[in-house]
Amino acid sequence: MTHVSLTADKATGPVNTGPAVSIWRSIPIGAWLGVLPFIAFALMFLIVPTLFLVSSAFVDRAGNFTLQNIIDLGTEQVVNAFSISIRISAASAFFGALIGLAMALAIIRGRLPSAIRSTVMTFSGVASNFAGLPLAFAFIATLGRLGLVTVILKTVFGFDLYKSGFNLLSFVGLTLTYLYFQIPLMILIIAPAIDGLKKEWSEAASTLGASRLQFWLYIGLPVLWPNLLGTLSLLFANAFGAIATAYALTGSSLNIVPILLYAQIRGDVLHNPGLGAALALGMIAITAIANVLYIVVRTRAERWLK
Amino acid sequence: MIGRRFWAWVVFGLGAAYFLLPLLATFIFSMQMRRDRLTFDAYLSVFSDERFQSTFSYSLVCAVCAIIVGVAIVLPAAYFVRLRLQWLRPVMEFITLLPLIVPPIILVFGHIKLFNSSSILPLTNSTLGTDVLIVCGYVTLALPYMYRAIDTGLRTIDVQTLTEAATILGADPIRTMVQVIFPNIFVAVLSGAFLTFAIVIGEFVLASLLNRPAFGVYMQNVGANRAYEPSALAIISFALTWGAMGVIQLLDRFAPKTARQA
Repeated sequence: MTHVSLTADKATGPVNTGPAVSIWRSIPIGAWLGVLPFIAFALMFLIVPTLFLVSSAFVDRAGNFTLQNIIDLGTEQVVNAFSISIRISAASAFFGALIGLAMALAIIRGRLPSAIRSTVMTFSGVASNFAGLPLAFAFIATLGRLGLVTVILKTVFGFDLYKSGFNLLSFVGLTLTYLYFQIPLMILIIAPAIDGLKKEWSEAASTLGASRLQFWLYIGLPVLWPNLLGTLSLLFANAFGAIATAYALTGSSLNIVPILLYAQIRGDVLHNPGLGAALALGMIAITAIANVLYIVVRTRAERWLK
Repeated sequence: MIGRRFWAWVVFGLGAAYFLLPLLATFIFSMQMRRDRLTFDAYLSVFSDERFQSTFSYSLVCAVCAIIVGVAIVLPAAYFVRLRLQWLRPVMEFITLLPLIVPPIILVFGHIKLFNSSSILPLTNSTLGTDVLIVCGYVTLALPYMYRAIDTGLRTIDVQTLTEAATILGADPIRTMVQVIFPNIFVAVLSGAFLTFAIVIGEFVLASLLNRPAFGVYMQNVGANRAYEPSALAIISFALTWGAMGVIQLLDRFAPKTARQA
Protein backbone atom coordinates (compact mmCIF):
# COMPACT_ATOMS: atom_id res chain seq x y z
CA MET A 1 0.00 0.00 0.00
CA THR A 2 2.70 2.45 1.01
CA HIS A 3 4.68 1.56 -2.05
CA VAL A 4 1.80 2.23 -4.40
CA SER A 5 0.92 5.56 -2.87
CA LEU A 6 4.55 6.62 -3.06
CA THR A 7 4.67 6.00 -6.80
CA ALA A 8 1.43 7.85 -7.16
CA ASP A 9 3.04 10.75 -5.33
CA LYS A 10 5.88 10.93 -7.74
CA ALA A 11 3.62 10.71 -10.74
CA THR A 12 1.05 13.35 -9.97
CA GLY A 13 2.15 15.63 -7.19
CA PRO A 14 -0.26 17.10 -4.67
CA VAL A 15 -3.47 15.64 -6.05
CA ASN A 16 -2.84 12.07 -4.97
CA THR A 17 -0.84 12.48 -1.78
CA GLY A 18 -1.13 9.72 0.74
CA PRO A 19 -3.58 6.85 0.71
CA ALA A 20 -6.54 6.97 -1.63
CA VAL A 21 -8.98 8.22 0.99
CA SER A 22 -7.25 11.55 1.33
CA ILE A 23 -7.86 12.54 -2.30
CA TRP A 24 -11.21 13.79 -1.03
CA ARG A 25 -9.51 16.17 1.39
CA SER A 26 -6.61 17.78 -0.44
CA ILE A 27 -6.98 20.98 -2.45
CA PRO A 28 -8.63 20.02 -5.76
CA ILE A 29 -6.16 21.70 -8.12
CA GLY A 30 -6.33 18.79 -10.55
CA ALA A 31 -10.10 18.96 -10.54
CA TRP A 32 -9.98 22.66 -11.36
CA LEU A 33 -7.58 22.00 -14.22
CA GLY A 34 -10.15 19.54 -15.57
CA VAL A 35 -13.02 22.02 -15.40
CA LEU A 36 -11.01 24.98 -16.66
CA PRO A 37 -11.10 24.19 -20.42
CA PHE A 38 -14.85 23.87 -20.27
CA ILE A 39 -15.32 27.16 -18.42
CA ALA A 40 -12.85 28.91 -20.75
CA PHE A 41 -14.64 27.58 -23.81
CA ALA A 42 -18.07 28.56 -22.50
CA LEU A 43 -16.83 32.06 -21.70
CA MET A 44 -15.11 32.54 -25.02
CA PHE A 45 -17.70 31.13 -27.42
CA LEU A 46 -20.96 31.41 -25.53
CA ILE A 47 -21.11 33.92 -22.72
CA VAL A 48 -18.78 36.71 -23.85
CA PRO A 49 -20.08 36.82 -27.47
CA THR A 50 -23.67 36.96 -26.25
CA LEU A 51 -22.97 39.65 -23.65
CA PHE A 52 -20.89 41.61 -26.15
CA LEU A 53 -23.73 41.47 -28.66
CA VAL A 54 -26.32 42.47 -26.09
CA SER A 55 -24.18 45.34 -24.83
CA SER A 56 -23.71 46.68 -28.35
CA ALA A 57 -27.46 47.24 -28.41
CA PHE A 58 -26.84 50.12 -26.01
CA VAL A 59 -24.15 51.83 -28.08
CA ASP A 60 -24.71 54.27 -30.95
CA ARG A 61 -22.56 54.63 -34.06
CA ALA A 62 -20.24 57.08 -32.33
CA GLY A 63 -19.68 54.67 -29.43
CA ASN A 64 -21.74 56.50 -26.82
CA PHE A 65 -24.30 54.96 -24.51
CA THR A 66 -27.81 55.15 -25.91
CA LEU A 67 -31.27 53.70 -25.42
CA GLN A 68 -32.29 54.76 -28.92
CA ASN A 69 -31.84 51.23 -30.37
CA ILE A 70 -34.21 49.80 -27.80
CA ILE A 71 -36.71 52.57 -28.54
CA ASP A 72 -36.31 51.87 -32.26
CA LEU A 73 -37.57 48.34 -31.68
CA GLY A 74 -40.93 50.08 -31.68
CA THR A 75 -40.81 50.74 -35.44
CA GLU A 76 -43.54 49.10 -37.46
CA GLN A 77 -41.35 46.58 -39.29
CA VAL A 78 -39.82 45.25 -36.06
CA VAL A 79 -43.09 45.20 -34.11
CA ASN A 80 -44.73 43.31 -36.98
CA ALA A 81 -41.91 40.77 -37.06
CA PHE A 82 -42.15 40.15 -33.33
CA SER A 83 -45.92 39.90 -33.51
CA ILE A 84 -45.89 37.33 -36.34
CA SER A 85 -43.07 35.35 -34.67
CA ILE A 86 -44.87 35.27 -31.34
CA ARG A 87 -48.16 34.24 -32.94
CA ILE A 88 -46.59 31.44 -34.99
CA SER A 89 -44.59 30.17 -32.01
CA ALA A 90 -47.62 30.34 -29.72
CA ALA A 91 -49.93 28.63 -32.21
CA SER A 92 -47.46 25.84 -33.03
CA ALA A 93 -46.69 25.39 -29.31
CA PHE A 94 -50.36 25.29 -28.33
CA PHE A 95 -51.50 22.88 -31.03
CA GLY A 96 -48.30 20.89 -30.75
CA ALA A 97 -48.90 20.44 -27.03
CA LEU A 98 -52.59 19.63 -27.49
CA ILE A 99 -52.11 17.07 -30.28
CA GLY A 100 -48.96 15.68 -28.67
CA LEU A 101 -50.84 15.16 -25.40
CA ALA A 102 -53.71 13.45 -27.20
CA MET A 103 -51.31 11.13 -29.00
CA ALA A 104 -49.30 10.39 -25.88
CA LEU A 105 -52.52 9.56 -24.00
CA ALA A 106 -53.67 7.38 -26.88
CA ILE A 107 -50.49 5.30 -27.03
CA ILE A 108 -49.94 5.06 -23.26
CA ARG A 109 -53.41 4.84 -21.74
CA GLY A 110 -55.46 3.86 -24.81
CA ARG A 111 -54.72 0.12 -24.53
CA LEU A 112 -53.06 0.07 -27.94
CA PRO A 113 -50.60 -2.74 -28.72
CA SER A 114 -47.28 -2.03 -27.01
CA ALA A 115 -45.43 -2.26 -30.33
CA ILE A 116 -47.22 0.93 -31.38
CA ARG A 117 -45.97 2.76 -28.33
CA SER A 118 -42.32 1.96 -28.94
CA THR A 119 -42.68 2.74 -32.65
CA VAL A 120 -44.23 6.13 -31.93
CA MET A 121 -41.55 6.95 -29.36
CA THR A 122 -38.75 6.03 -31.78
CA PHE A 123 -40.38 7.98 -34.58
CA SER A 124 -40.81 10.98 -32.26
CA GLY A 125 -37.09 10.92 -31.49
CA VAL A 126 -36.37 11.14 -35.20
CA ALA A 127 -39.11 13.61 -36.18
CA SER A 128 -38.29 16.03 -33.34
CA ASN A 129 -34.79 16.25 -34.84
CA PHE A 130 -36.06 16.45 -38.40
CA ALA A 131 -36.25 20.20 -38.76
CA GLY A 132 -34.57 22.86 -40.80
CA LEU A 133 -34.33 22.80 -44.58
CA PRO A 134 -35.30 19.17 -45.28
CA LEU A 135 -38.57 19.65 -43.40
CA ALA A 136 -39.40 22.64 -45.58
CA PHE A 137 -38.59 20.62 -48.72
CA ALA A 138 -40.86 17.81 -47.55
CA PHE A 139 -43.79 20.15 -47.00
CA ILE A 140 -43.25 21.91 -50.32
CA ALA A 141 -43.35 18.50 -52.02
CA THR A 142 -46.55 17.68 -50.12
CA LEU A 143 -48.60 20.85 -49.79
CA GLY A 144 -46.81 23.32 -52.04
CA ARG A 145 -48.51 24.63 -55.18
CA LEU A 146 -47.28 21.58 -57.10
CA GLY A 147 -47.11 19.31 -54.07
CA LEU A 148 -48.42 15.79 -54.32
CA VAL A 149 -51.38 16.24 -51.97
CA THR A 150 -52.35 19.54 -53.62
CA VAL A 151 -52.27 17.93 -57.05
CA ILE A 152 -54.19 14.83 -55.99
CA LEU A 153 -56.86 16.94 -54.30
CA LYS A 154 -57.24 18.91 -57.50
CA THR A 155 -57.22 16.13 -60.07
CA VAL A 156 -58.98 13.38 -58.15
CA PHE A 157 -61.35 15.27 -55.87
CA GLY A 158 -61.66 18.49 -57.86
CA PHE A 159 -60.74 20.54 -54.81
CA ASP A 160 -58.37 23.44 -55.34
CA LEU A 161 -56.53 23.88 -52.05
CA TYR A 162 -54.92 27.17 -53.01
CA LYS A 163 -58.15 28.69 -54.34
CA SER A 164 -59.77 27.86 -51.01
CA GLY A 165 -57.37 30.29 -49.35
CA PHE A 166 -54.64 27.92 -48.14
CA ASN A 167 -51.04 28.92 -48.70
CA LEU A 168 -48.06 26.99 -47.43
CA LEU A 169 -46.01 30.19 -47.33
CA SER A 170 -48.25 31.81 -44.74
CA PHE A 171 -49.02 31.82 -41.05
CA VAL A 172 -51.15 28.65 -41.27
CA GLY A 173 -48.68 26.89 -43.56
CA LEU A 174 -45.69 27.63 -41.38
CA THR A 175 -47.56 26.60 -38.22
CA LEU A 176 -48.62 23.34 -39.89
CA THR A 177 -44.99 22.69 -40.85
CA TYR A 178 -43.64 23.52 -37.37
CA LEU A 179 -46.08 21.02 -35.86
CA TYR A 180 -44.04 18.29 -37.53
CA PHE A 181 -41.30 18.74 -34.91
CA GLN A 182 -43.42 20.24 -32.13
CA ILE A 183 -45.82 17.31 -31.70
CA PRO A 184 -43.05 14.67 -31.41
CA LEU A 185 -41.17 16.86 -28.93
CA MET A 186 -44.33 17.11 -26.82
CA ILE A 187 -44.81 13.34 -26.95
CA LEU A 188 -41.20 12.75 -25.86
CA ILE A 189 -41.44 15.15 -22.91
CA ILE A 190 -44.96 14.39 -21.68
CA ALA A 191 -44.82 10.57 -21.97
CA PRO A 192 -42.82 10.08 -18.74
CA ALA A 193 -45.26 12.39 -16.93
CA ILE A 194 -48.24 10.36 -18.11
CA ASP A 195 -46.41 7.21 -17.04
CA GLY A 196 -46.14 8.88 -13.63
CA LEU A 197 -49.91 8.93 -13.23
CA LYS A 198 -50.18 5.91 -11.00
CA LYS A 199 -52.68 3.20 -11.74
CA GLU A 200 -53.69 3.28 -8.07
CA TRP A 201 -54.94 6.83 -8.44
CA SER A 202 -57.49 6.02 -11.12
CA GLU A 203 -58.42 2.83 -9.24
CA ALA A 204 -58.91 4.74 -6.00
CA ALA A 205 -60.91 7.39 -7.84
CA SER A 206 -63.23 4.86 -9.46
CA THR A 207 -63.63 2.97 -6.17
CA LEU A 208 -64.81 6.23 -4.64
CA GLY A 209 -67.32 6.55 -7.47
CA ALA A 210 -65.58 9.06 -9.72
CA SER A 211 -66.27 8.98 -13.43
CA ARG A 212 -63.43 9.09 -15.94
CA LEU A 213 -64.18 12.73 -16.62
CA GLN A 214 -63.98 13.50 -12.90
CA PHE A 215 -60.70 11.61 -12.65
CA TRP A 216 -59.15 13.76 -15.37
CA LEU A 217 -60.65 17.00 -14.06
CA TYR A 218 -59.65 16.55 -10.43
CA ILE A 219 -56.59 14.28 -10.53
CA GLY A 220 -55.10 13.75 -13.97
CA LEU A 221 -54.98 17.30 -15.28
CA PRO A 222 -53.95 18.98 -12.00
CA VAL A 223 -51.00 16.59 -11.75
CA LEU A 224 -50.03 17.00 -15.41
CA TRP A 225 -50.75 20.73 -15.45
CA PRO A 226 -47.30 22.04 -14.45
CA ASN A 227 -45.72 19.70 -16.99
CA LEU A 228 -48.08 20.85 -19.72
CA LEU A 229 -47.40 24.50 -18.98
CA GLY A 230 -43.66 23.92 -18.83
CA THR A 231 -43.56 21.99 -22.07
CA LEU A 232 -45.67 24.67 -23.70
CA SER A 233 -43.03 27.30 -22.96
CA LEU A 234 -40.26 24.99 -24.20
CA LEU A 235 -42.13 24.40 -27.46
CA PHE A 236 -42.63 28.15 -27.78
CA ALA A 237 -38.91 28.87 -27.42
CA ASN A 238 -38.16 26.02 -29.81
CA ALA A 239 -40.28 27.57 -32.57
CA PHE A 240 -39.23 31.14 -31.82
CA GLY A 241 -35.53 30.55 -32.50
CA ALA A 242 -36.10 28.38 -35.59
CA ILE A 243 -35.11 29.95 -38.87
CA ALA A 244 -33.97 27.43 -41.48
CA THR A 245 -37.41 25.91 -42.07
CA ALA A 246 -39.08 29.29 -42.43
CA TYR A 247 -36.28 30.63 -44.62
CA ALA A 248 -36.43 27.67 -47.00
CA LEU A 249 -40.24 27.81 -47.15
CA THR A 250 -40.77 31.51 -47.59
CA GLY A 251 -37.43 32.97 -48.55
CA SER A 252 -37.59 36.39 -46.98
CA SER A 253 -41.25 37.02 -47.82
CA LEU A 254 -42.50 36.20 -44.32
CA ASN A 255 -41.37 38.82 -41.89
CA ILE A 256 -40.48 36.85 -38.74
CA VAL A 257 -37.81 37.97 -36.25
CA PRO A 258 -35.08 35.37 -37.02
CA ILE A 259 -35.39 36.04 -40.76
CA LEU A 260 -35.29 39.79 -40.20
CA LEU A 261 -32.18 39.33 -38.07
CA TYR A 262 -30.64 37.05 -40.70
CA ALA A 263 -31.19 39.70 -43.37
CA GLN A 264 -29.81 42.33 -41.01
CA ILE A 265 -26.60 40.37 -40.39
CA ARG A 266 -26.13 39.73 -44.10
CA GLY A 267 -26.82 43.19 -45.38
CA ASP A 268 -27.84 45.63 -42.65
CA VAL A 269 -31.41 45.93 -44.00
CA LEU A 270 -32.40 48.01 -40.99
CA HIS A 271 -29.58 50.46 -41.77
CA ASN A 272 -28.52 50.46 -38.15
CA PRO A 273 -26.13 47.86 -36.67
CA GLY A 274 -27.24 48.78 -33.16
CA LEU A 275 -30.83 47.94 -34.01
CA GLY A 276 -29.70 44.47 -35.11
CA ALA A 277 -28.17 43.96 -31.68
CA ALA A 278 -31.35 45.26 -30.04
CA LEU A 279 -33.32 42.74 -32.12
CA ALA A 280 -31.06 39.98 -30.78
CA LEU A 281 -31.60 41.27 -27.24
CA GLY A 282 -35.36 41.09 -27.77
CA MET A 283 -35.13 37.52 -29.02
CA ILE A 284 -32.98 36.42 -26.08
CA ALA A 285 -35.38 38.10 -23.64
CA ILE A 286 -38.36 36.21 -25.06
CA THR A 287 -36.70 32.77 -25.25
CA ALA A 288 -35.18 33.31 -21.79
CA ILE A 289 -38.57 34.06 -20.25
CA ALA A 290 -40.05 30.97 -21.91
CA ASN A 291 -37.18 28.76 -20.73
CA VAL A 292 -37.11 30.09 -17.18
CA LEU A 293 -40.84 29.41 -17.00
CA TYR A 294 -40.15 25.87 -18.17
CA ILE A 295 -37.48 25.24 -15.53
CA VAL A 296 -39.47 26.74 -12.66
CA VAL A 297 -42.60 24.84 -13.57
CA ARG A 298 -40.69 21.63 -14.20
CA THR A 299 -39.03 21.57 -10.78
CA ARG A 300 -42.47 22.03 -9.25
CA ALA A 301 -43.90 19.24 -11.40
CA GLU A 302 -41.18 16.77 -10.48
CA ARG A 303 -42.35 16.70 -6.89
CA TRP A 304 -45.39 14.71 -7.96
CA LEU A 305 -43.70 12.31 -10.27
CA LYS A 306 -41.13 10.67 -8.04
CA MET B 1 -70.67 3.70 -25.62
CA ILE B 2 -67.66 3.88 -27.85
CA GLY B 3 -64.63 2.60 -25.97
CA ARG B 4 -61.43 4.28 -24.99
CA ARG B 5 -59.55 2.02 -27.35
CA PHE B 6 -61.56 3.22 -30.33
CA TRP B 7 -60.65 6.85 -29.70
CA ALA B 8 -57.04 5.86 -29.12
CA TRP B 9 -57.00 4.27 -32.59
CA VAL B 10 -58.62 7.35 -34.12
CA VAL B 11 -56.05 9.71 -32.59
CA PHE B 12 -53.20 7.40 -33.53
CA GLY B 13 -54.51 7.05 -37.08
CA LEU B 14 -54.82 10.79 -37.62
CA GLY B 15 -51.36 11.36 -36.17
CA ALA B 16 -49.87 8.63 -38.34
CA ALA B 17 -51.48 10.19 -41.41
CA TYR B 18 -50.06 13.63 -40.60
CA PHE B 19 -46.58 12.25 -40.05
CA LEU B 20 -46.38 9.66 -42.81
CA LEU B 21 -48.13 11.58 -45.59
CA PRO B 22 -45.37 14.22 -46.05
CA LEU B 23 -42.73 11.48 -46.07
CA LEU B 24 -44.64 9.44 -48.62
CA ALA B 25 -45.45 12.48 -50.75
CA THR B 26 -41.85 13.67 -50.64
CA PHE B 27 -40.60 10.23 -51.60
CA ILE B 28 -42.97 9.93 -54.56
CA PHE B 29 -42.27 13.53 -55.59
CA SER B 30 -38.54 12.82 -55.54
CA MET B 31 -39.02 10.02 -58.07
CA GLN B 32 -40.99 12.09 -60.59
CA MET B 33 -38.02 13.73 -62.28
CA ARG B 34 -38.81 11.85 -65.49
CA ARG B 35 -42.19 12.75 -66.85
CA ASP B 36 -43.49 9.30 -67.72
CA ARG B 37 -42.19 7.00 -65.00
CA LEU B 38 -40.85 6.83 -61.47
CA THR B 39 -37.07 6.82 -61.29
CA PHE B 40 -34.30 7.49 -58.81
CA ASP B 41 -32.77 10.03 -61.19
CA ALA B 42 -33.13 12.87 -58.66
CA TYR B 43 -31.00 10.88 -56.21
CA LEU B 44 -28.45 10.08 -58.91
CA SER B 45 -28.36 13.74 -59.82
CA VAL B 46 -27.74 14.67 -56.17
CA PHE B 47 -25.13 12.01 -55.51
CA SER B 48 -23.21 12.73 -58.69
CA ASP B 49 -23.20 16.47 -57.97
CA GLU B 50 -19.65 17.42 -57.16
CA ARG B 51 -20.86 20.10 -54.72
CA PHE B 52 -22.90 17.52 -52.83
CA GLN B 53 -19.79 15.46 -52.24
CA SER B 54 -17.61 18.39 -51.24
CA THR B 55 -20.16 20.08 -48.95
CA PHE B 56 -21.17 16.80 -47.35
CA SER B 57 -17.55 15.93 -46.59
CA TYR B 58 -16.98 19.43 -45.26
CA SER B 59 -19.91 19.07 -42.83
CA LEU B 60 -18.79 15.57 -41.93
CA VAL B 61 -15.30 16.81 -41.02
CA CYS B 62 -16.87 19.66 -39.02
CA ALA B 63 -19.06 17.15 -37.17
CA VAL B 64 -16.10 14.92 -36.32
CA CYS B 65 -14.05 17.90 -35.09
CA ALA B 66 -17.00 19.20 -33.05
CA ILE B 67 -17.42 15.76 -31.46
CA ILE B 68 -13.73 15.50 -30.55
CA VAL B 69 -13.56 19.02 -29.11
CA GLY B 70 -16.91 18.55 -27.35
CA VAL B 71 -15.85 15.32 -25.63
CA ALA B 72 -12.44 16.76 -24.79
CA ILE B 73 -13.88 19.71 -22.88
CA VAL B 74 -17.08 18.18 -21.48
CA LEU B 75 -15.77 14.84 -20.22
CA PRO B 76 -13.10 16.19 -17.81
CA ALA B 77 -15.44 18.91 -16.59
CA ALA B 78 -18.39 16.58 -15.96
CA TYR B 79 -16.07 14.00 -14.36
CA PHE B 80 -14.41 16.36 -11.90
CA VAL B 81 -17.66 18.10 -11.06
CA ARG B 82 -19.15 14.74 -10.19
CA LEU B 83 -16.03 13.64 -8.31
CA ARG B 84 -14.96 16.66 -6.32
CA LEU B 85 -16.70 19.88 -7.25
CA GLN B 86 -20.31 18.97 -6.63
CA TRP B 87 -21.19 22.56 -5.78
CA LEU B 88 -20.29 23.57 -9.34
CA ARG B 89 -23.10 21.39 -10.70
CA PRO B 90 -25.73 24.19 -10.88
CA VAL B 91 -23.22 26.36 -12.75
CA MET B 92 -22.59 23.58 -15.26
CA GLU B 93 -26.30 22.98 -15.68
CA PHE B 94 -26.84 26.69 -16.28
CA ILE B 95 -24.03 27.01 -18.82
CA THR B 96 -25.16 23.95 -20.75
CA LEU B 97 -28.70 25.29 -20.80
CA LEU B 98 -27.68 28.61 -22.35
CA PRO B 99 -27.39 27.32 -25.95
CA LEU B 100 -31.08 26.43 -25.74
CA ILE B 101 -31.95 29.95 -24.61
CA VAL B 102 -29.67 31.75 -27.05
CA PRO B 103 -30.85 30.85 -30.56
CA PRO B 104 -28.10 29.79 -33.04
CA ILE B 105 -28.57 32.91 -35.13
CA ILE B 106 -27.75 35.10 -32.12
CA LEU B 107 -24.79 32.95 -31.21
CA VAL B 108 -23.24 33.33 -34.65
CA PHE B 109 -24.10 37.04 -34.66
CA GLY B 110 -22.12 37.37 -31.44
CA HIS B 111 -19.24 35.35 -32.90
CA ILE B 112 -19.12 37.56 -35.99
CA LYS B 113 -19.09 40.71 -33.86
CA LEU B 114 -16.51 39.42 -31.39
CA PHE B 115 -14.11 37.68 -33.77
CA ASN B 116 -14.31 39.98 -36.79
CA SER B 117 -11.29 41.37 -38.61
CA SER B 118 -10.85 44.36 -36.30
CA SER B 119 -10.99 42.44 -33.01
CA ILE B 120 -8.23 41.10 -30.75
CA LEU B 121 -8.69 37.57 -32.08
CA PRO B 122 -9.66 38.04 -35.77
CA LEU B 123 -10.74 34.47 -36.52
CA THR B 124 -12.88 35.47 -39.48
CA ASN B 125 -9.83 36.86 -41.28
CA SER B 126 -8.65 33.51 -42.58
CA THR B 127 -10.38 30.40 -43.87
CA LEU B 128 -8.75 28.29 -41.20
CA GLY B 129 -9.83 30.75 -38.51
CA THR B 130 -13.42 30.70 -39.76
CA ASP B 131 -13.36 26.90 -39.79
CA VAL B 132 -12.14 26.92 -36.20
CA LEU B 133 -14.91 29.38 -35.34
CA ILE B 134 -17.64 27.30 -37.00
CA VAL B 135 -16.47 24.14 -35.23
CA CYS B 136 -16.53 25.99 -31.90
CA GLY B 137 -20.02 27.23 -32.78
CA TYR B 138 -21.14 23.66 -33.42
CA VAL B 139 -19.60 22.49 -30.15
CA THR B 140 -21.61 25.21 -28.41
CA LEU B 141 -24.85 24.22 -30.14
CA ALA B 142 -24.31 20.59 -29.14
CA LEU B 143 -23.16 21.41 -25.60
CA PRO B 144 -26.53 20.75 -23.89
CA TYR B 145 -26.83 17.33 -25.51
CA MET B 146 -23.19 16.33 -25.07
CA TYR B 147 -23.17 17.35 -21.41
CA ARG B 148 -26.40 15.56 -20.60
CA ALA B 149 -25.31 12.40 -22.41
CA ILE B 150 -21.96 12.27 -20.60
CA ASP B 151 -23.42 13.26 -17.23
CA THR B 152 -26.07 10.54 -17.53
CA GLY B 153 -23.32 8.09 -18.39
CA LEU B 154 -21.32 9.13 -15.31
CA ARG B 155 -24.40 8.67 -13.15
CA THR B 156 -24.69 5.02 -14.16
CA ILE B 157 -21.16 4.15 -12.99
CA ASP B 158 -19.62 4.47 -9.57
CA VAL B 159 -17.21 7.28 -10.38
CA GLN B 160 -15.78 7.59 -6.87
CA THR B 161 -15.01 3.90 -6.34
CA LEU B 162 -13.52 3.55 -9.83
CA THR B 163 -11.34 6.60 -9.24
CA GLU B 164 -10.20 5.37 -5.84
CA ALA B 165 -9.36 1.96 -7.29
CA ALA B 166 -7.43 3.49 -10.18
CA THR B 167 -5.60 5.83 -7.82
CA ILE B 168 -4.61 3.00 -5.49
CA LEU B 169 -3.24 1.15 -8.51
CA GLY B 170 -1.10 4.18 -9.30
CA ALA B 171 -2.98 5.89 -12.11
CA ASP B 172 -2.84 9.67 -12.36
CA PRO B 173 -6.09 11.60 -13.00
CA ILE B 174 -5.58 11.82 -16.77
CA ARG B 175 -4.91 8.11 -17.03
CA THR B 176 -7.92 7.38 -14.81
CA MET B 177 -10.10 9.44 -17.07
CA VAL B 178 -8.83 8.04 -20.36
CA GLN B 179 -8.38 4.39 -19.42
CA VAL B 180 -10.99 3.82 -16.71
CA ILE B 181 -13.81 6.35 -16.89
CA PHE B 182 -13.96 6.83 -20.67
CA PRO B 183 -14.33 3.13 -21.59
CA ASN B 184 -17.02 2.76 -18.94
CA ILE B 185 -19.18 5.55 -20.35
CA PHE B 186 -18.24 4.97 -23.99
CA VAL B 187 -21.84 4.22 -24.95
CA ALA B 188 -23.03 7.51 -23.44
CA VAL B 189 -20.24 9.41 -25.21
CA LEU B 190 -21.27 7.79 -28.49
CA SER B 191 -24.88 8.86 -28.09
CA GLY B 192 -23.67 12.42 -27.45
CA ALA B 193 -21.53 12.09 -30.55
CA PHE B 194 -24.41 11.01 -32.76
CA LEU B 195 -26.61 13.81 -31.47
CA THR B 196 -23.82 16.24 -32.33
CA PHE B 197 -23.61 14.67 -35.78
CA ALA B 198 -27.37 15.05 -36.31
CA ILE B 199 -27.17 18.73 -35.32
CA VAL B 200 -24.12 19.60 -37.42
CA ILE B 201 -24.75 17.74 -40.65
CA GLY B 202 -27.68 19.82 -41.92
CA GLU B 203 -26.96 23.03 -40.05
CA PHE B 204 -27.65 26.12 -42.11
CA VAL B 205 -27.51 29.40 -40.18
CA LEU B 206 -23.93 29.28 -38.87
CA ALA B 207 -22.49 28.03 -42.14
CA SER B 208 -24.46 30.52 -44.19
CA LEU B 209 -23.54 33.57 -42.10
CA LEU B 210 -19.89 32.53 -41.84
CA ASN B 211 -19.84 31.82 -45.59
CA ARG B 212 -18.58 28.27 -45.33
CA PRO B 213 -19.42 25.59 -47.94
CA ALA B 214 -21.41 23.31 -45.63
CA PHE B 215 -24.07 20.77 -46.55
CA GLY B 216 -26.87 22.99 -45.17
CA VAL B 217 -25.89 25.87 -47.44
CA TYR B 218 -25.79 23.49 -50.41
CA MET B 219 -29.26 22.20 -49.54
CA GLN B 220 -30.60 25.74 -49.36
CA ASN B 221 -29.06 26.48 -52.73
CA VAL B 222 -30.59 23.37 -54.33
CA GLY B 223 -33.93 24.16 -52.68
CA ALA B 224 -34.00 27.59 -54.26
CA ASN B 225 -33.01 26.46 -57.75
CA ARG B 226 -34.19 22.91 -58.40
CA ALA B 227 -37.54 21.11 -58.43
CA TYR B 228 -37.00 17.43 -57.61
CA GLU B 229 -33.58 17.32 -56.00
CA PRO B 230 -34.78 19.03 -52.77
CA SER B 231 -37.22 16.16 -52.13
CA ALA B 232 -34.42 13.69 -52.67
CA LEU B 233 -32.29 15.67 -50.20
CA ALA B 234 -35.16 15.69 -47.70
CA ILE B 235 -35.45 11.90 -47.91
CA ILE B 236 -31.66 11.52 -47.59
CA SER B 237 -31.64 13.81 -44.53
CA PHE B 238 -34.52 11.95 -42.97
CA ALA B 239 -32.68 8.67 -43.48
CA LEU B 240 -29.54 10.21 -41.91
CA THR B 241 -31.48 11.51 -38.89
CA TRP B 242 -33.23 8.17 -38.56
CA GLY B 243 -29.84 6.45 -38.73
CA ALA B 244 -28.31 8.65 -36.03
CA MET B 245 -31.31 8.34 -33.71
CA GLY B 246 -31.57 4.62 -34.40
CA VAL B 247 -27.95 4.12 -33.40
CA ILE B 248 -28.54 6.08 -30.18
CA GLN B 249 -31.54 3.93 -29.26
CA LEU B 250 -29.62 0.80 -30.09
CA LEU B 251 -26.70 1.97 -27.94
CA ASP B 252 -29.11 2.75 -25.14
CA ARG B 253 -30.36 -0.82 -25.25
CA PHE B 254 -26.82 -2.17 -24.96
CA ALA B 255 -25.71 0.32 -22.33
CA PRO B 256 -24.30 -1.43 -19.24
CA LYS B 257 -27.17 -1.49 -16.79
CA THR B 258 -25.46 -3.81 -14.31
CA ALA B 259 -23.26 -1.03 -12.97
CA ARG B 260 -26.20 1.26 -12.40
CA GLN B 261 -26.60 2.33 -8.82
CA ALA B 262 -29.94 1.97 -7.13
